[in-house]
Amino acid sequence: MTDQQRSVAIHVPVLARVEGEGALDLRIEDGDIAELRLRIFEPPRFFEKFLEGRHYTEIPDMVARICGICPVAYQVTAAQALEKLFGVELDPWARDMRRVFYCGEWIQSHSLHIHLLAAPDFFGCNNAIELARIAPEEVRRGLRIQALGNELMDLFGARSVHPVGVRIGGFHGAPSLARIQAMREKLRAALPEAEALIRWAAAIPMPQDDQAFVSVATHHPTDYAIERGQIAVSDGLRIEADAFDAHFAEQHVPHSTALFSTYHHQPYLVGPLARLNLNHVRLPEQVRALLTESGLALPSRNLFHSLLARAVEILLALHEALRLLDGYRVPDSPWVPVTPRAGVAIGCTEAPRGLLWHRYEMDGEGRVVNARIVPPTSQNQGRIEEDLRLSLLNFGLDHPDDALRLHCEKVIRNYDPCISCATHFLRFNLDRA
Amino acid sequence: MNTPKADPIKPRVAVHKFSSCDGCQLAFLNLGEDLLTLAGRVELVHFAEAGPLDPDTDVDVAFVEGSVSTAEDLERIQHIRQHSGLLIAIGACATSGGIQGLRNGVFGENWVTQIYSHPEAIASLERSTPISSHVKVDFELWGCPVSGPQMLAVVNSLLLGVTPRDNADKVCTECKRRGYPCIMVTRGIACMGPVTRAGCGALCPSLGRDCYGCYGPAENANTGALAVQFRSQGLSPEAVVQRFQSINSQAPVFLAAADRIRIKSHD
Repeated sequence: MTDQQRSVAIHVPVLARVEGEGALDLRIEDGDIAELRLRIFEPPRFFEKFLEGRHYTEIPDMVARICGICPVAYQVTAAQALEKLFGVELDPWARDMRRVFYCGEWIQSHSLHIHLLAAPDFFGCNNAIELARIAPEEVRRGLRIQALGNELMDLFGARSVHPVGVRIGGFHGAPSLARIQAMREKLRAALPEAEALIRWAAAIPMPQDDQAFVSVATHHPTDYAIERGQIAVSDGLRIEADAFDAHFAEQHVPHSTALFSTYHHQPYLVGPLARLNLNHVRLPEQVRALLTESGLALPSRNLFHSLLARAVEILLALHEALRLLDGYRVPDSPWVPVTPRAGVAIGCTEAPRGLLWHRYEMDGEGRVVNARIVPPTSQNQGRIEEDLRLSLLNFGLDHPDDALRLHCEKVIRNYDPCISCATHFLRFNLDRA
Repeated sequence: MNTPKADPIKPRVAVHKFSSCDGCQLAFLNLGEDLLTLAGRVELVHFAEAGPLDPDTDVDVAFVEGSVSTAEDLERIQHIRQHSGLLIAIGACATSGGIQGLRNGVFGENWVTQIYSHPEAIASLERSTPISSHVKVDFELWGCPVSGPQMLAVVNSLLLGVTPRDNADKVCTECKRRGYPCIMVTRGIACMGPVTRAGCGALCPSLGRDCYGCYGPAENANTGALAVQFRSQGLSPEAVVQRFQSINSQAPVFLAAADRIRIKSHD
């Protein structure tokens, strides 16, 4: 039977090695894709609804619970939004340590994704435990780097899942100089490990799969943007976070409990590769050198470069943490006092998986009137479906079912979808049909 | 290392997820190199986030994260119970219904129709409930999130063939043992430590802030006295209710505490 006649239906009822619950439906008829859906069925948790009426002091602890893998992103974005509305000027110590804290999450999340979720695909393994049999040193190195990211979060948050250190105005507490000195030793020792990780990642053979897409990321005039910056688009648009709604829209599709986002009516990419595409010139010298050595040409149009992009960002985060912890001093106070005021608070940062946007309408007592949160995975959802379609056609539909399924899973994992994050929505009807 | 007598058959373990943030499964995935040690001692039969997918095979121990919040969940938890020797609920979602339990009692049909343009595609029950509301649970590990050491202690107990130890004492006892100054006494901050289950290591007081009850109610929790204390510290009745109605809002002790304040403030 030739490809032209073949009809195939592939249903992956539960996607393995992604965070949260999603499924994939693919139907091929007469040699063409008749149906392709990334189904997200993780039940909605209605976060925005029960944030209503809560005091601003509770927000960092509550929004953390949207995601166990990137709670820091939620906490820092909420804090940034509220501090802007309340006119709070952070102490330079707190401003720097927010970035260090966030670096810990990038290191943890990226290393978890590379080693436990993504890499097994490229070595013919079903999971990291199998991968550890053929690449034991590499997996152990990855788990050590992940653990170091967790330790960095622990310093400021006392634990890495739902840390408890962020408060509006700074942090609840400051780590001692002795703990910071011990951490700096560990960070320094991890640099050669992260460099080796980049070399290893760059040597993994990846499919050639160039596609045209729009990249969107936060952008900062001096830093590789993590915890602050404008929103930048690869077509040249630069906007403040407040202008997000003028260019980006969300809508609900029936096969998903997450909302699809579009930029000027088209899908777009957020996440490590979008950031590297837009911000690679902001990388510190030592990281740029490794990037050059890796041979990755930027901007890249191949999503299979995402794994390498994560490795590069791990090295960046280690360097940034070291730089900012240099000359550390314990501050007089880790936080500044805050006086709430009514208005709209908007914040935007780079979660490990990409742009994260928050909007809170607050009353004069500092209570939430309504909240809206746009996480990275819902922004990527339209792009993932578009990518799957293009990538499958490029791969060839005449492959056996198992090969098609594996290829689809690899494509999906390039985005490191966090389905738990994507499905907490409670929003108004935005169907424009 | 204290390795139990070599058993030729490794215990078969499953990790299942219901409605949650995935954070309690991270207690396994964040073990670092210990994860490989663990994988050598047990057979991970089903653990979707880590890779193995086999929800139908019988296992010795099933760890269940998340709350029951859809019609499909109702069937799935029965299936898991039938195929598991021991069922262990991990984390606030699985033990109390979790933060998403805040919708219980206020959730209306219009929530979904207001929000989603295709409400027929959204399968959500009105209430988010703990695993023990539906099936027999052999052991509950409270916490939002549970920690790696807690999980390893449970796994090691099971490997040694002993019942895991349950610590239902109060966060206050952990503060005292560690010598942290009392947040409520020294700073006048409304702290949930006196009614909250130990296990975290008094993390919040270690940073000079209040406990917010993420490990759920302790045994013999005197919520009434704490509510009076909070009121005397200047919290409004509404603010006191919110202290009890947060991460573990549907835990019966916290729910009752909140209801009593609501009734009282209407008198």
